[in-house]
Amino acid sequence: MSPDDRTRTGVVVLWWQGCPSWRRALSMVRDEMDRQGLDPETLEVVEIIDEADAARHGFPGSPTILVDGEDIQPPGPEQPTGLTCRVYRRRDGRVSPLPDPEDLRDVFAKMGT
Amino acid sequence: MSGIDIGDRMPHATLLGTDGGNHDLADRSASATVVYWTCNHCPYALAWQDRIHQVAREYSDRGVRVLAVNSNNAETHPADSFEAMCDRVESEGGWPNPYLHDETQEVARSFGALKTPDVFVFDRDLGLRYRGAPDDDYDDPSRDAAWLRGALDAVLAGEQPEPAATEPVGCGIKWK
Repeated sequence: MSPDDRTRTGVVVLWWQGCPSWRRALSMVRDEMDRQGLDPETLEVVEIIDEADAARHGFPGSPTILVDGEDIQPPGPEQPTGLTCRVYRRRDGRVSPLPDPEDLRDVFAKMGT
Repeated sequence: MSGIDIGDRMPHATLLGTDGGNHDLADRSASATVVYWTCNHCPYALAWQDRIHQVAREYSDRGVRVLAVNSNNAETHPADSFEAMCDRVESEGGWPNPYLHDETQEVARSFGALKTPDVFVFDRDLGLRYRGAPDDDYDDPSRDAAWLRGALDAVLAGEQPEPAATEPVGCGIKWK
């Protein structure tokens, strides 16, 4: 992530239009924020436009969700940046273009505690 | 982009598989042929993989031939190199269908494939009868590749699949 991204507080979703899961990711994040008593209006949404933009943000793929500057499923150090679709591992072992809703719930529940 | 439409014939192609053999996509002894684009790194392709493999297993007894094709540019996406394809099939204990490498990307262009996955179903005469996604939700395994299964059931019954085309959903093919 860029230095700016790492110092941000709150929830940030970085997305690229080439991966169709971004709309569902935004919906998941907003719904979970609402459930946890967080204001969905404070969600910051950043569209990654091109490779230069991806490099500038240290973008490992779409969607990337940051909570207080931390990736909810940190990519490995070997993970390149670029315009690609993010692989998430669900709690049941499945591969998915979206994070596990339980992971989102746990991360948001810890915000501000 | 060029490509084929419903009713068009399968373009001629022979591709190298991870089994070391060359596979002619056209085989008129098959009661139906499924050609689908996939790859090693795309979460949509990975999410749908088990569902498509299950179709390959279940329909093989009915004479259905299933072929997976990877056309991604391995220079920009090393996870999709031929070696990585071979490693993946081996690490997964083998696949129920051949996994073919379209290094020149000519086959993807001739079909008009756009995404991973992108599914093409052909009848016995190699006419295209369905093209699109395996089912309507990459994130719900219970959907069970219903569009693909429905297309195969229709083709095997001599009927036109409904729907005949859906929007392929996934990662764009990584062109050179």
